[in-house]
Amino acid sequence: MAIMSFIFVFFFFSSLQPILSLYEDQVGLMDWHQQYIGKVKQAVFHTHKTGRKRVVASTEQNIIATLDLRRGEIFWRHVLGPNDVVDGIDIALGKYVITLSSGGSILRAWNLPDGQMLWESSLHGPKHSKSLLLTTNLIIEKDNVLIVFSNGRLNAVSCIDGEVLWKKDFEEESLEVQQVIQPPGSGFIYVVGFAASSQFEMYKINAKNGELLKHESTAFSGRFSGEVSLVSSETVVALDSTGSILLTISFHNGKISSQQTPVSNLLEDSPGLAVIIHSSVTGIFAIKTDAATIFIRVIGEGKLEVVEKTNHETVVSDALSISEGQQAFALVQHAGSNIHLTVKPAHDWDSNLLKESIKMDQQRGFVHKVFINNYIRTDRSHGFRALIVMEDHSLLLLQQGAIVWSREDGLASIIDVTTSELPVEKAGVSVAKVELNLFEWLKGHVLKLKGTLMLATPEDIAAIQYMRLKSSEKSKMTRDHNGFRKLLIALTRAGKLFALHTGDGRIVWSHLLQSLHKSESCRQPIGLNLYQWQVPHHHALDENPSVLVVGRCGPSSDALGVLSLVDSYTGKEFSSLSLVHSVAQVIPLPYTDSTEQRLHLLIDADKHAHLYPKIPEAIDIFQSEFSNVYWYSVDDDNGIIKGYALKTKCSGNVADEFCFDSRELWSIVLPSESEKIITTATRKLNEAVHTQAKLIADKDVMYKYISSNLLFMATVAPKASGEIGSVTPEESWLVVYLIDTVTGRVLHRMTHHCSQGPVQAVLSENWVVYHYFNLRAHRYEMSVIEIYDQSRAHNKDVWKLLVGNHNLTSPVSSYSRAEVITKSQSYFFTHSLKAIAVTLTVKGITSKQLLIGTIGDQVLALDKRFLDPRRSVNPTQAEREEGIIPLTDSLPIIPQSYITHSLRVEGLQSIITVAAKLESTTLVFAHGLDLFFTHYAPSRTYDSLTEDFSYALLLITIVALVAAIFVTWILSQRKELQDRWR
Amino acid sequence: MGAGRRWAVDFSDNSTAPSSRDIPDPPGFTRASVDQDDSAVSRQKKDAEANWKAQKAWEVAQAPFKNLLMMGFMMWMAGSTVHLFSIGITFSALWQPISALQGVGKGKLSYDFYFSNAVDSSKFHFDFAVFEPYKDNKVDLLGPKLLFIALNLGGLALGVWKLNTLGLLPTHASDWVSSLSPAQEVEYSGGGIPL
Repeated sequence: MAIMSFIFVFFFFSSLQPILSLYEDQVGLMDWHQQYIGKVKQAVFHTHKTGRKRVVASTEQNIIATLDLRRGEIFWRHVLGPNDVVDGIDIALGKYVITLSSGGSILRAWNLPDGQMLWESSLHGPKHSKSLLLTTNLIIEKDNVLIVFSNGRLNAVSCIDGEVLWKKDFEEESLEVQQVIQPPGSGFIYVVGFAASSQFEMYKINAKNGELLKHESTAFSGRFSGEVSLVSSETVVALDSTGSILLTISFHNGKISSQQTPVSNLLEDSPGLAVIIHSSVTGIFAIKTDAATIFIRVIGEGKLEVVEKTNHETVVSDALSISEGQQAFALVQHAGSNIHLTVKPAHDWDSNLLKESIKMDQQRGFVHKVFINNYIRTDRSHGFRALIVMEDHSLLLLQQGAIVWSREDGLASIIDVTTSELPVEKAGVSVAKVELNLFEWLKGHVLKLKGTLMLATPEDIAAIQYMRLKSSEKSKMTRDHNGFRKLLIALTRAGKLFALHTGDGRIVWSHLLQSLHKSESCRQPIGLNLYQWQVPHHHALDENPSVLVVGRCGPSSDALGVLSLVDSYTGKEFSSLSLVHSVAQVIPLPYTDSTEQRLHLLIDADKHAHLYPKIPEAIDIFQSEFSNVYWYSVDDDNGIIKGYALKTKCSGNVADEFCFDSRELWSIVLPSESEKIITTATRKLNEAVHTQAKLIADKDVMYKYISSNLLFMATVAPKASGEIGSVTPEESWLVVYLIDTVTGRVLHRMTHHCSQGPVQAVLSENWVVYHYFNLRAHRYEMSVIEIYDQSRAHNKDVWKLLVGNHNLTSPVSSYSRAEVITKSQSYFFTHSLKAIAVTLTVKGITSKQLLIGTIGDQVLALDKRFLDPRRSVNPTQAEREEGIIPLTDSLPIIPQSYITHSLRVEGLQSIITVAAKLESTTLVFAHGLDLFFTHYAPSRTYDSLTEDFSYALLLITIVALVAAIFVTWILSQRKELQDRWR
Repeated sequence: MGAGRRWAVDFSDNSTAPSSRDIPDPPGFTRASVDQDDSAVSRQKKDAEANWKAQKAWEVAQAPFKNLLMMGFMMWMAGSTVHLFSIGITFSALWQPISALQGVGKGKLSYDFYFSNAVDSSKFHFDFAVFEPYKDNKVDLLGPKLLFIALNLGGLALGVWKLNTLGLLPTHASDWVSSLSPAQEVEYSGGGIPL
């Protein structure tokens, strides 16, 4: 019986898999989720009297969203695919949101209140062209009609069901249609464009049936360029390709008449190359030159007149018809720290409907776009609200001279994230404010106790939940004992740096980097990466940590670099450098100077290495390690990996002691006809590994091959680098490599036949896990490779180890040619992946879990034990005890182990793991369009009490026990005395 | 101090010499009468007693053997996985012989004492608490004592063996390298796909 029970207990323990889920009331305690839409491209207001006021927006991240006009919250949001670029949106019949996307080939209608898709129709045509969407008041057979021009074809589409009522092709090869115009109240449509860049074409189409009524064309001596601006329903303005002559073309009643006006006639000084700003204001158009924005009015038959010339950054909105035959438009100009919003009627430049000055945060940069909407005030005059898109991609609603709400939509396009510690708590500073008084503390604990003893009423439970969620503890601005409170520093595509508090996700500071700002010397600055520049440990009280932002002036790899150092506590940019060299690689070195600034090596396009910071001390430190620093470069276009060592000082004519020449040491050239590099992966620099030994069954030991110089690389057949299904299984293979980047030695090479990318890989400790598609099995697969050092395997003598007579702790060199063995195994996996990461803990003792960003934009945790190459179908007793799971052909997906629980991180891009100070816990930050942050303990929080642990109950129990001991002691004393007397 | 007078009566004095005491013996009491017994009867009695003591001493010496068997059975029952039951049994198996052998320490001391006094230099004297009642000049307790020690050492060995089967003894290489941090690397390399 006893044996039976032992066996039962044994199986119970061995079959126990940690289910790491959370209870419903734990949601939001340690995690937060923020939703964004990205930089708004187009916005349409919906402010009918009934229903909630909202604005529909399409963004550069291919999102269609409706926002609440009162508070800026998202009502609904749809993320279209990465190739489904939104070309135009509009609201039809006051209840449908119409979107034209994917190069004009998909037209969709969404229900405005709830965002459900009503219909979708695909519009194909003979050739690629500009896509134009036009909502009209036309009615054909009781259907309201949308006019869509896309792919060289004009379509009339029913609003109700998306049915194409008629279509008309414009197949002429060189025709570039610029505008589709439907004069209000008329039954015809004008299609205007250029043919062969020098001929103006006008088609008049019957709106009822698509019949061509008239076709006129006129030739022009020069060439047209770019956009045309519509100044009335029968007049357009265009610029010639030199940007110096303005053409006013009117096609009244089908007769084309044009007028040429040199720009220099309108302006005294030569303005240089001008471009037309797209707008649709009747009678007025704007051109933009290098120095100024010029507004020009069209009077009568092609006569032009300059009405205003502004030197500031000026943004114009589209025209808004406010009453019958009256249009208004908005202008936004900058003046110091204020912006001026002016709304003018289209027919009268000199009068203003509205003029407001609003104080604007300098960190938002310039206004990029403005959209206006009107409302009728109680005194029957027109009021205006304006939605503005700023340089940092944020979205603000202005009304009555104030910012009603703002959204930080720049966070939808994060490029890189790093973390920073918070300030150390100094005695007597700021704590008193946050800390609750004793009474409230006691009240809280009594409530908690009631909850534990199940005595709480529903109101109490709500109060407890509120207390837990709003715990002031987690959002303090100081460092905590467990290391949960940190700053997440994120660099966005707009060149803005945000610091988010991990406790509640609020923005602590944000800073638009001056170094990534457009300037004379740097025309197209882009941010590249973030690095931790200085992490003070010794002087943590009086020195602030800082981050290094690396950018580049332009998209090409040989553009000059920019560096900027930002204080992590305040967000102040205390130093910024415009480099004289390009930045191809940034290598943070494992050395710091006396002020704990990390040494960085920047490699430029000419393979010179530049050492930063440029101080003599850095040179001294670097000189001592000079011969041990190597670097490598992966050229994925040509399939070449090269390794370099550093040589002498730069041989250039400028004496620069911080610059070094490189010497090529090794190269691996892959045959371009059979292999193409698609992915590389390396170990994280800050990953801690607890031990070099892996204990296996029967007390045996294997030594891990742990090297920070390990590179994982995956190549596929060049044919198979396209989408899944584009090649047959026989033509497709996947080759994986493990390469030592110091010597260029290929430690392991393995071919997966009939497999193809995309490959997602993560390398940690001595293993790599990667995900790919198996064409033969028609399934996704995940493989694991573990690499062990065989040359240390003989270190098994207990006595030698006891007296320390072994070489396990002596420094190793890559040149010692370690003898390695690898073990690998593959499994099927149901999901395709967007990102993969691994949990990271401070000492690396806690077992690892993989964090998988699934195609459904969720983050799934998968125990590394499932990806153990030593799994077998029937593990022995000893192996089972060790925790080896019997082999199955596919990896399980446990629904409770979605760490994003019910939330989705739309457009998931990457998952970042940061170690907390508590060994059991990893901080996980997932970002894409949305942001998600949580704490995650792969083996549960074995080193701390749970958050809902009742200290009051513990205290009461202890007190009760002590009292009981005391009472029984007295009683026993008394009894003993009585016994003695007897 | 000195408030209360202290006094004591020493009843323990059993010295045979009346001269050592100030107070004379009560009348009619002769100390010599105790010693002057019938020598034949007393010898017989003493022999029987010595035999009985020797027999008892052997019994006591063999007692741990039963314990050993019992422990062996318990250990077999406990299995080789580490849990509360097996740990408890193993530690009790270790503790029992140790506590039994704790007398050895005392014995050593008394051995030293005897040795230095050179009273009985040819013999080892182990002074066991368990064997105290059977101490007799005529009984040779060395055999039982050695058996007792051997059996207890056997019990201890069994306990240690069990500890080893539970994997709690650092006898494998894995026990010494399990928390050995990775070796430092000489070279450092960085890079990747150009930004």
